[in-house]
Amino acid sequence: MNRITKLFRDVKKNKRKVFIPFMTAGYPDLESTVKLISALEKGGADLIEIGIPFSDPIADGPAIQASSVKALENGVTLKWIFKTVHKIRENVKIPLIFFSYLNPIMKYGLEKFFRDLKKADVDGVLIPDLPPEEAEEIKTFAEKYDIATIFFVAPTTSNKRMRFIETISDDFVYCVSVTGTTGTREKLFSKTKPYLMKIRSILKKPYVVGFGISTAEDVKKISEISDGVVVGSAIIKFIEKYKDSKLLSKKLENYIRKLKKPIK
Amino acid sequence: MRKKKGYFGRFGGMFVPETLVPFLEELEKAYLLVKSDKKFKEEYGYYLKEYAGRPTPLYFADRLTKKLGGANIFLKREDLLHTGAHKINNTIGQILLARKMGKTRIIAETGAGQHGVAVATVSAKFGMECVVYMGEEDIRRQALNVYKMRLLGADVVPVKSGAKTLKDAINETLRDWVTNVKNTFYILGSTVGPYPYPMIVRDFQSVIGREAKSQIKRIRNNNSLILIACVGGGSNSLGLFYPFLKDKNIKIFGVEGGGMGVNSDKHSATIIKGNIGILHGSKSLVLQDSDGQIKIPHSISAGLDYSGSGPEHCYLKETGRVTYVSATDKEALRAFHILTEIEGIIPALESSHAVAYALKIAPKYSKNTNIIINLSGRGDKDIDIVAEAEEQKI
Repeated sequence: MNRITKLFRDVKKNKRKVFIPFMTAGYPDLESTVKLISALEKGGADLIEIGIPFSDPIADGPAIQASSVKALENGVTLKWIFKTVHKIRENVKIPLIFFSYLNPIMKYGLEKFFRDLKKADVDGVLIPDLPPEEAEEIKTFAEKYDIATIFFVAPTTSNKRMRFIETISDDFVYCVSVTGTTGTREKLFSKTKPYLMKIRSILKKPYVVGFGISTAEDVKKISEISDGVVVGSAIIKFIEKYKDSKLLSKKLENYIRKLKKPIK
Repeated sequence: MRKKKGYFGRFGGMFVPETLVPFLEELEKAYLLVKSDKKFKEEYGYYLKEYAGRPTPLYFADRLTKKLGGANIFLKREDLLHTGAHKINNTIGQILLARKMGKTRIIAETGAGQHGVAVATVSAKFGMECVVYMGEEDIRRQALNVYKMRLLGADVVPVKSGAKTLKDAINETLRDWVTNVKNTFYILGSTVGPYPYPMIVRDFQSVIGREAKSQIKRIRNNNSLILIACVGGGSNSLGLFYPFLKDKNIKIFGVEGGGMGVNSDKHSATIIKGNIGILHGSKSLVLQDSDGQIKIPHSISAGLDYSGSGPEHCYLKETGRVTYVSATDKEALRAFHILTEIEGIIPALESSHAVAYALKIAPKYSKNTNIIINLSGRGDKDIDIVAEAEEQKI
């Protein structure tokens, strides 16, 4: 059984919530990626989303865009990321998911990509510009190499379509909290609550909520009507703020612990 | 899973965030309904004629023909349209569609500013809020069009990411759209983007080819026919080509921005030099590096300066129906001057690429061949760029 399936089984059994931090690979620099991912785990991450930088990230807001630009300037490539994940896996035991736009994956070669995910012991992929209608080929390779493919539902998704997406999303469904790109938002909970209540009555699979979650308060409220949360831009902003500190990874670990506290 | 639709061979599709998928499905439905709706067609036809100034002439460029001493050269005068380019054909169609779908806010990207002006114009005409995203670099290059858009009441938002040109403007428009999709209609300016846009834009632009077809028939000779148009995203070219595609005797050339030469790394010849990828919602030929990062293109013409291409063009390349060639910045500039001096017509730098290729091949043919060049836009907006490129002061 893969790590993600196991995680959500445990979540269900113990009635707990998952905390999923996001981090752009190769940001703020190449050297710190291994240490920072490890800090996310130590801080209490249940699963980590590793962002694969792309030149044209249409689903991302300013913070993650800027981190992708920086990572690309640092020379990040998929090849480097795979190599780095091998190192990460020496001590990080929780599930890892790649968050990547489709183009870098296609250029790398679909089959090669999934084969290398398997080799690097990565558990799943999230592809923001891949709707289920276009996913047939990807699913074939993902299944061949036993990699979970997670799909999104959004506030614009109809009930019928949500049920369809649920059937093809492995292990869990990723709910986009509000229409828009990634990035922190004011008054997120009140904006997203009616939609999350609706989802709760429709989806049978576990679902996590992402986009715009930035405070422990958001984490607390949103996890009350979901199985967990994803925090991305807020973490990138935190790293940006302390990137020159020698204690960055320790600070990040404490920050994650603080964010996760309400659902511990 | 439903059958894959929206493909031209292996190109096209709908690669967008989930938030947009339901809208695109709604758009497809709405479009297919109006496509066969007589009232919609009448209304669209009315605005094309009375507001935009259609039909445009198919003008016999006799002095250019004589100078080149080969094929007869005809210019499809899209430059005479309201707002100065073919872009208005599409923006009228799409804003009528937006109104039909009950959307109240219009957004658009623009490169050269021609599409932006055409969108701002119809937004003013139909009383809709309008936001146009434009790369900072293009804002600098096309100050006149920026001023025009603002006069027309559009909010022109400078895009500071990436190379600050068309590609980045599209990214930013998509981000706005994914945020405001409920009340907002994205008027896409070219035959690119996710399905159904490439089809919708092609259909609205096909009026160019349909007119040209009946106009050239009236000339009543049995000459063979060649079509030439410039290709950026591909809307003016596909608009001209589409109604002629079935007639295999007609040779068709799409001219890409050759920049400093297609073997340099400064060009925008995406179809000739690109390889398959996903950009801005569809699978097409894309200028990218070996890691799948999108390359920054170059062309003297802001309207051709794009790293992606229309999926249907990619298909037409693959089937061999259309031959894709390129003209360099230099060749385009030369063509710009020749047409201006010989015919008294100042072409847009985009269209100058098509003229440049005609200059090259016309002498190889005889009087028994007709060439139609799509003169997609007028050159007023490019005067500063031409002067700058030639180090002249205005």
